[in-house]
Amino acid sequence: MTDPQPLVKVNNLVKHFPVTRGVILQRKVGAVRAVDGVSFYIDRGETLGLVGESGCGKTTVGRTMLGLYPASSGSVIIDSHDVCCAKIKEMKVIRQKAQMIFQDPYASLNPRWTVNAIVSEPLRVHKLINNDRDRSERVKELLMLVGLSSRLVNRFPHEFSGGQRQRIGVARALASNPAFIVCDEPISALDVSIQAQVVNLLEDLQDKFGLTYLFIAHDLSMVRHICDRVAVMYLGLIVELAERNELYEKYLHPYTKALLSAVPIPDPKKDRARQRIILSGDVPSPINPPTGCRFHPRCPIAGEECRIEVPVWREAAPGHWVACHKV
Amino acid sequence: MSHLLEVSDLRTRFHTAEGTVFAVNGISLHLDQGETIAIVGESGCGKSVSMLSILRLIPIPPGEIVSGTARYRDHDLFQYTENEMEDIRGKEISMIFQDPMTSLNPVLTIGRQLTESLRAHLPMDKKAAEDRAVELLEKVGLSDPRQRLSDYPHQFSGGMRQRVMIAMALSCSPSLLVADEPTTALDVTIQAQITELVAQLRDQYHMAIIWITHDLGVVAGLAERVIVMYAGLIVEEAAVDELYEDPRHPYTLALLAALPRVDRRRDRRLKSIPGAPPNLLVEPHGCPFAPRCEYLIEHCKDDNPSLTQVGGAHTIACWIDIKTGKPR
Repeated sequence: MTDPQPLVKVNNLVKHFPVTRGVILQRKVGAVRAVDGVSFYIDRGETLGLVGESGCGKTTVGRTMLGLYPASSGSVIIDSHDVCCAKIKEMKVIRQKAQMIFQDPYASLNPRWTVNAIVSEPLRVHKLINNDRDRSERVKELLMLVGLSSRLVNRFPHEFSGGQRQRIGVARALASNPAFIVCDEPISALDVSIQAQVVNLLEDLQDKFGLTYLFIAHDLSMVRHICDRVAVMYLGLIVELAERNELYEKYLHPYTKALLSAVPIPDPKKDRARQRIILSGDVPSPINPPTGCRFHPRCPIAGEECRIEVPVWREAAPGHWVACHKV
Repeated sequence: MSHLLEVSDLRTRFHTAEGTVFAVNGISLHLDQGETIAIVGESGCGKSVSMLSILRLIPIPPGEIVSGTARYRDHDLFQYTENEMEDIRGKEISMIFQDPMTSLNPVLTIGRQLTESLRAHLPMDKKAAEDRAVELLEKVGLSDPRQRLSDYPHQFSGGMRQRVMIAMALSCSPSLLVADEPTTALDVTIQAQITELVAQLRDQYHMAIIWITHDLGVVAGLAERVIVMYAGLIVEEAAVDELYEDPRHPYTLALLAALPRVDRRRDRRLKSIPGAPPNLLVEPHGCPFAPRCEYLIEHCKDDNPSLTQVGGAHTIACWIDIKTGKPR
């Protein structure tokens, strides 16, 4: 009984942040083109990875998808609700179905609230359980689900370690029974031994509840491990998208290639033997992105047409999408 | 020939309101001229504190170096006066830190900060120091170095700031560079640039490097020898190839098993290490890894194993032979 429709569809999503000058009049003098037209879908129960360097717009995609930023244009459909033109009432329904796990487990929990208050907030806001006693039962159940003792409900966030706090964040995200969760770098602030714990927890919960994830990360090794398909972003655009093994083994885009070659391998012999592509310079400013292909100033194989013409987003192999003139 | 740096039985504690933090609990290590070693461990394992102790950068109080010696070129750094120590820091031993934003002064220009250590350690006038600063910035791959001298840290990107930090650390051609997670805050592409740069400069200046990191991936291609720390103790030490091919301590083994590989298809769930990192407010008793160890035997809880050789230069602190699962 699978639904043929993908759970999440993003179509030509654009998010520009205005750059203003002046304190009172705030004239608009430009725009940070954080996301400049991305399209993808995520099937039910699937995990889509979104990778790229910092400043490439991956977090903005996640936040705009949940309506935390209003989109400049384009559409985001989550389970047949359009996030971009939803009114307050519909937005509430969407927020119940789509949740987020944040990167920094220290900043994303209110330090003055107990675990009970934090985890039960979605239940109160969405009026899912109106009885105090039932609600605290549900909180205990959620804590056990994420591997925390239910005795900890009256503790405050500072009493927990980073990994435990991230588990509280996961419990909060699960409280409203969502179908879709945006995981925005959920493990990058954690120690290696704890990262594996949280990743395994996310996988278990996915199996249990049929969750759909958008997994935003810059750790390409972890993304290969956890995601079904992976999208690579560069300066506000997706440059390549494919099934994980296809992407990691038969990558087409020169940026994907450079990114993968830069990932350290915990195997000295292999690490020394392989060819590294060191990209020169930094990611250009999204206020004034390069013309043509945005990667051309750093691209080792860029040609004349790359400077002038924007490459088209095309399907190079079944399910393998890429935007590059040279492949 | 004696070693460039030889640390023995270093113990550092912090006396805080919550109690005594047992940060470093007796570590010994050595390093030769031009050698690169890596110290690997999770946050709170004492890897940074041990290096800061050696450089005497621990605030005392609340810190206290309870015991130990740190012999650098046959002189104990702990016996030096503060003035003598200032001559060593920056000139003989330099350090680069994790966060290039907080370790640069935001209200001083890059030029001012770069020339500061040059003029403090070397007999240079302002002009000569500036020329040297330009040369250094060029070496670390900054374009238009002369113009950039008058820029402030916020005008640089993260990778560029780390390059400036490296230029600063190298300014007096130190013999030993201590790099404390220099690439942790950076993207993989920039991380690759920086490690490449450090390796290049190392060969050029014949510097010794201590690279502190939590990432077993980064050091694989860089270090010659790896030291794994846990709860303020060294638990394993081996040549880099041997450590990755044949890890002998349960903690090292578990760390490697917890890492997904970018070059391999997924074949299993990640093996996580149960439990949480140790509480350093309690004086260690027995093996600190025992509560999380899958090879645990009764003996581990009472008696902390000391480092013993398991072949060549490979040492571990463990009662168990993980190959057989039986006590050694």
